[in-house]
Amino acid sequence: MRAYVPSYQLISPASLGEALDVLASDNGTWKPFAGGTDLMVLLEAGKLTHQNYVNIWNLPELRGIDVTANEITLGALTTYTQVQNHRTLREEFPMLCQAASETGGLAIQNRGTLGGNIVNASPAADSPPALLAYDAELELVSRAGERKVPYATFHQGYKQMDIRPGELLRTIRLPRHFQKLIHYYRKVGTRKAQAISKICFAATAVAAADITHVRIAMGSVAPIPIRCVKTEAALVGKAINEATIAEAKDTLASEISPIGDIRSTKDYRLKVSLNLLEDFISQLGR
Amino acid sequence: MSDKIEINCTVNDQQLKLHAYPMERLLNVLREQLRLTGTKEGCGEGECGACSVMIDGRIVNSCLVPVAQAEGASIKTIEGVAVSENQLHAVQQAFIECGGAQCGICTPGMVMAAVDLLEKTPNPTEAEIRNGLAGNLCRCTGYMKIFESVVRAIGK
Repeated sequence: MRAYVPSYQLISPASLGEALDVLASDNGTWKPFAGGTDLMVLLEAGKLTHQNYVNIWNLPELRGIDVTANEITLGALTTYTQVQNHRTLREEFPMLCQAASETGGLAIQNRGTLGGNIVNASPAADSPPALLAYDAELELVSRAGERKVPYATFHQGYKQMDIRPGELLRTIRLPRHFQKLIHYYRKVGTRKAQAISKICFAATAVAAADITHVRIAMGSVAPIPIRCVKTEAALVGKAINEATIAEAKDTLASEISPIGDIRSTKDYRLKVSLNLLEDFISQLGR
Repeated sequence: MSDKIEINCTVNDQQLKLHAYPMERLLNVLREQLRLTGTKEGCGEGECGACSVMIDGRIVNSCLVPVAQAEGASIKTIEGVAVSENQLHAVQQAFIECGGAQCGICTPGMVMAAVDLLEKTPNPTEAEIRNGLAGNLCRCTGYMKIFESVVRAIGK
């Protein structure tokens, strides 16, 4: 059943300060509303249970991409289109750009935001694995002050996050790397465009004879987007050979917990995950 | 419960003052309040592109935009695409010539996507055309004629 639209509040503060005032009021009953590409789907389906929203879409304080010597800071409202169009991101963080280009169609990419993708906290979202592999850090802001959280510890359980009432995600920071990295990103869906992931795999490592600086992150294989730290540990310092690949695959199989749902089966997800890991490791040796 | 709010925006170059509940879908306001029924509703969840309109020169799904976010925006719908009363946009003309419109439900969205593509990429490759149309579904599955329509519109 469709939603009864008059029952929803969507107020539009003029500044970030005003928005934080509203978020701090009424015992945290106000929630932020950004590009709407997830929330409006729930609204139309009659499944949007929360009713009081703060429209943050027009707040300039949450926009922009800032490049400094050591990091890139993205405003939480950076859209997928803006991610793809940014030259430094394309050069240094190609997996994030690929994730942005494979999320929905252009109309979604023009509205959907990186911050929204993070706090919507879908385990099947496409940008979180890339952000995890790039050691992203989040900056949260509230009337109580600012707080930095490593993205790797932000997701705590299905739709459970390290975010407090009244807090708003302001920026996403990516440390720049100056070693030559291999970037390996694969989204596996039912079709090439407009599909939600069955599996999402993002990994980086320094290209060298022995494996260093390895990061592996996955979507749709656990209740949250996960960094596969045990698998990474199984690879660090190893030479690229059959034994290394076999050990890493065994480790990954025990580290992820894919399930069967409407989009795929447990067996398929496990098999594809292990295949992607093997493909990634093989590419390191080239 | 919310009250209706006033939204100032431009629709097809006309400055308007709208009154609507803030969470009303832009799609509904366009169709039911402004009677701009060229914009269609397909899936209502951002998958099919039938409701595509341009906001500030970028294509969006109007079913996913709450009207409160249209404040200050410049919106273009299929009704605003033609050059004049007597002259269609090159994309519209090409759709007629190539049989790009079949049942017609996806057509306004397909035309908007093609117009958006050609505005940003005047000489698209085949892959760019496919990517430009990837967010729009045609259930008659007449994709080749739609693709050919876009090819014909290039450079016109």
